[in-house]
Amino acid sequence: MIYAEPRFLPAGDAALVVELGDEISPEINRRVRSLSLALERGGVAGVFDFLPTYRSALVFYDPLAASAAELQDALTGLLESADEDADAAPQVVHIPVLYGGDMGPDIGFVADNAGLSEMDVIGMHSGVDYLVYMMGFSPGFAYLGGLDGRLATPRLQSPRAEIPAGAVGIAEAQTGVYPVASPGGWQLIGRTPVDLFDAGREPPALLAAGDYVRFVALEGEAEFREIRRQVEAGEYRVVREAVAE
Amino acid sequence: MMAARPALEILQPGMLTTVQDTGRYGYQRFGMPVAGAMDGFALRAANRLVGNPDRAAGLEMTALGPQMRLLDDVCFAIAGADVAPLLDGDAVPMWQPILAPRGSLLAFQAPRDGLRAYLAVAGGVAVPAVMGSRSTYVKAGIGGLDGRALRAGDVLSAYETGGELRAHRRMPDGGIPVYGGKAELRVVLGPQNGAFTRQGVRTFLTAEYAVSIQSDRMGYRLEGAAIEHRDGADIISDGAPMGAVQVPGDGKPIILMADRGTTGGYTKIAAVITADLDKVAQAMPGGAVAFRAVTLEEARAALREREGVLDGIAAPARLAVVSDGAVSDILDEGGVPIALTSAAPIAPIARRGRGRVRVGGEIFDLDITIRQVNGEGE
Repeated sequence: MIYAEPRFLPAGDAALVVELGDEISPEINRRVRSLSLALERGGVAGVFDFLPTYRSALVFYDPLAASAAELQDALTGLLESADEDADAAPQVVHIPVLYGGDMGPDIGFVADNAGLSEMDVIGMHSGVDYLVYMMGFSPGFAYLGGLDGRLATPRLQSPRAEIPAGAVGIAEAQTGVYPVASPGGWQLIGRTPVDLFDAGREPPALLAAGDYVRFVALEGEAEFREIRRQVEAGEYRVVREAVAE
Repeated sequence: MMAARPALEILQPGMLTTVQDTGRYGYQRFGMPVAGAMDGFALRAANRLVGNPDRAAGLEMTALGPQMRLLDDVCFAIAGADVAPLLDGDAVPMWQPILAPRGSLLAFQAPRDGLRAYLAVAGGVAVPAVMGSRSTYVKAGIGGLDGRALRAGDVLSAYETGGELRAHRRMPDGGIPVYGGKAELRVVLGPQNGAFTRQGVRTFLTAEYAVSIQSDRMGYRLEGAAIEHRDGADIISDGAPMGAVQVPGDGKPIILMADRGTTGGYTKIAAVITADLDKVAQAMPGGAVAFRAVTLEEARAALREREGVLDGIAAPARLAVVSDGAVSDILDEGGVPIALTSAAPIAPIARRGRGRVRVGGEIFDLDITIRQVNGEGE
């Protein structure tokens, strides 16, 4: 449920939570995005960072530049005007994925678990646009909503010591991409040749909260390697298209 | 691009020495942790003592400090944990700028009080800024020197200051923190204090906790009485600032620190106020910690006081002090021959009063406000 009035909750003396609803839903997240876009334009006294999440935003401020009460007033005004603003249109970001094989060693398990074929898994996983509800967990990691419930799969019994950057996986009802190599227990169904996070890029993350993600199945390893070559040469352009409203 | 010159050669890296500044803000919405100095107060104090801006990068030295050779004439300051620094084997003071010639050997001993010490060099440690910050986030290999802790053989440069090196700034009286004993941490309750039973909140505010050995730059795990949730520890994941006290299902609080993940899915009962974060950063494993709730206004007043200490870091006034008209010989290092009559010695804190100034042969009676100006051109 979207709250009639935003809730302001202190997170210490230098951060304020603006909570806009009590559940994970695209409608509430859209309100978070509106606030986030307004904050990105800047101009709120004392604010030096902000972090949009599923149903709230955490606003970091200098309490000697603005009191919590002053900040709350400013954010209330921002939320009211943000509603009237035409939001920047969300984008669908196309992420190429090579499914199965060495790149997705667990796709068979996911398919068996769902009683489907591997082709079905690929079709279902790449046939939906996922909403980036928020970024977090690790640099460039996107929390995606929209996985087909039939693909929900328990985590591995024993986590892998290292999962390569770009691995696409499923854990319970979530799907996501590992931006950097790390240990993990997700069921791996494929890998993308694009970099989800590059510290030298501005912005560093490929995705941002409010974007949509479409996984696009690659034909084979040759195509994967060619895209990877282009990524490393700085020639690859990720496809972004406006969401049809 | 600012010019930089080799300043420090690391001979022994110590336990965990990293380049840190005041943190990488502005990129949390891309999942990038803030990192930065655990004890921002000590880093900023060290920076101001050598005339650097607050955001200049220094070295954070954990527990067992490094050994280094100076590759240039350097003005440095060490603040934070008392690590009894040695310059060519001789003790040099903490919390004070020191001029040392090229070739000197700088070493540190085990902390006598506190856990983390900060070394600032005039100009600031020169490493590339990544996403606007020089802080090292080791877990992802980002920032600092090649994204990692320092090793033997590393050479660090310092940016050129463009002026003569001077070691004339001082901490104001009473401005040096003492860390030992039980850390009483002031907290603001929330954002999820409502997720705990009344007894749970009481436990949190009355129990004494011990810092677990499993504490690091990400967070401080605390051992002690379990804090009772009303209805489970899971929330819809949200963001957390430094100092947030997260309480997972086992009821044991964790204070989230500089390298915390940007988001988390556990209830946060409170957050340590900014003015007390250094007490957390300096708490040793096994050390005792207790929490006390304060209002936002009290937190703000405490922060104002803390910032006042930093603002009190200044060069001695460029005036000589006299008492009852008798000119003393205290002149600033620049040797400007001006005398001021004042009943009280000039403390490096802003002061207001009547004074008598002699310029050449003339004496002026004045209402004087002494303002301490930090950085260049005071």
